[in-house]
Amino acid sequence: MIYNEEFETLPREVLEALQFKRLQQVLQRVYHTVGFYRRTFDAAGVRPDDIKTLADLSRLPFTSKQDLRENYPFGLFAVPMSSVVRLHASSGTTGRSTVVGYTKRDIDTWSELMARCFVAAGLTKNDIIHNAYGYGLFTGGLGAHYGAERLGASVIPMSGGNTKRQIMILQDFGPTAICCTPSYALNLAEQGRAMGVDMRSLRLRVGIFGAEPWSDQMRDQLEDQLAIQALNIYGLSEVMGPGVAMECSEGREGMHIFEDHFIVETIDPETGAILPPGEEGEIVFTTLSKEAFPLIRYRTRDVARLITAPCRCGRSHVRMGRIMGRSDDMLIIRGVNVFPSQIEAVLVGIEGLEPHYQLVVDREGTLDTLEVQVEVSERTFANADEVKVLQKMERRIVKDIKDYLGVSARVKLVEPKSLQRFEGKASRVTDRRKL
Amino acid sequence: MKVDQISIFLENKPGGLERVTRILKEANINIRTLSIADTSEFGILRLIVNDVEATVRVLKEDGFRVSRTTVVAVEVPDRPGGLYSIMEVLSAHGINVEYLYAFVEKSGENAVIIFRFGNPDQAIDVLIKNNLTVLPGAKLYSL
Repeated sequence: MIYNEEFETLPREVLEALQFKRLQQVLQRVYHTVGFYRRTFDAAGVRPDDIKTLADLSRLPFTSKQDLRENYPFGLFAVPMSSVVRLHASSGTTGRSTVVGYTKRDIDTWSELMARCFVAAGLTKNDIIHNAYGYGLFTGGLGAHYGAERLGASVIPMSGGNTKRQIMILQDFGPTAICCTPSYALNLAEQGRAMGVDMRSLRLRVGIFGAEPWSDQMRDQLEDQLAIQALNIYGLSEVMGPGVAMECSEGREGMHIFEDHFIVETIDPETGAILPPGEEGEIVFTTLSKEAFPLIRYRTRDVARLITAPCRCGRSHVRMGRIMGRSDDMLIIRGVNVFPSQIEAVLVGIEGLEPHYQLVVDREGTLDTLEVQVEVSERTFANADEVKVLQKMERRIVKDIKDYLGVSARVKLVEPKSLQRFEGKASRVTDRRKL
Repeated sequence: MKVDQISIFLENKPGGLERVTRILKEANINIRTLSIADTSEFGILRLIVNDVEATVRVLKEDGFRVSRTTVVAVEVPDRPGGLYSIMEVLSAHGINVEYLYAFVEKSGENAVIIFRFGNPDQAIDVLIKNNLTVLPGAKLYSL
């Protein structure tokens, strides 16, 4: 089933003509309303009028996460705040988070794209959708919520956490679909079984999982443990939120990128050169219809490959394969984006600590764990002959990481120089997760 | 009347104590007494040694986190009620003990209790006024 048959099945040449028309409009708009784009376009010696074909897009400079941070909070908005009806933000310490805005029409577009995702997953207005993505500044909860309402389905706005209650509602309300991170879904399955619930006999038939990388093995586990079809969804708050791309239940191989609203490119993360379709590279998006927060050639740092072969579902939109990794050091811990630099900012913010640290990411059972190993500094230990002083320090670090980044970490104090010292680019992360 | 104690941060893993004791051996330092406070992840090794300055220096040179703390050593006869004779005085004066450890002198007649107080001066004052034997650092280092 296809929600917007007309736009999701446009013949390639018609789709590209539409993309080009919308691209010209968005380039004119950002050039005249966002100082940042005017400066970067001028610096590159390209004006919107110089873009005469879709291929000319490659003449424009990239936009990076750093550019977003430098324009915190509203510097890249292309409309006055009076036209903005919603704000979302990624996690981060002050000044490091990225803030995105939406006009009424942006929310409308987003809702439609999320509705397209649900229909691609085989859902209709007769379905009950258990939405366990977090509600709040994170785009997941509200994004999925509006899409479910647009479709006319019944949405249960569960948000994250409170696992026992989630299991009770899964039993009592009988939702037919669930949205959450794949690791949380596995956790629900596990906890449910521990509570004596037969998780295979729930009414659930579809799971829409995203916001963190996962594998086909996890898909098999989820489908087996919950007796559902598990599908992959992709999105990021900068580009819109969930619903940028969605796997269809017919094809189940790669996520259709809604190309009437986004242009996708894959690039070599080192050189920035555009790669031929099918080659693994960093995914770059240009938004075509967003009003409040348009993005031109935004480097996602997500590494994947594009699939151009036609899909049996009938959609003409190109697909992206699973995220194979990151071209930067960002970690995704239980759906929360974490940069080592954010941990560092927390540590240096604590009196007496030095930023000598190592992050160890692992998966215990179904949940990601983050261990922060911090060297005991001279200053800390000078007044800390007692265990309780050091334990207080540990608790402080745990609390600050939770407060600023929204992620629970385990903190381990270690001896000085027990952590590797790095020359140049530090690799402070050990990721032991097997996806 | 105060005693310098050396505290060393150690991770809870094999080889930590071996490294410390090897460094002390190579520097010809004698340990008078010691104790370890531990958690599941780390420990604090506390030492009374014959040469405080040299110990701090060699351990720091080897990258250990070392701190110096003032503790109080009290000598009591090594017989039932020995420790009680101190505790009843401290209790009567509302003095809190952060931690303590003990050893028996070579002669076997006396025990020495090492105390960590929030306010060592006040504690020493009270102990002396109550006729308890507070050992000066120099005496302890050379026992």
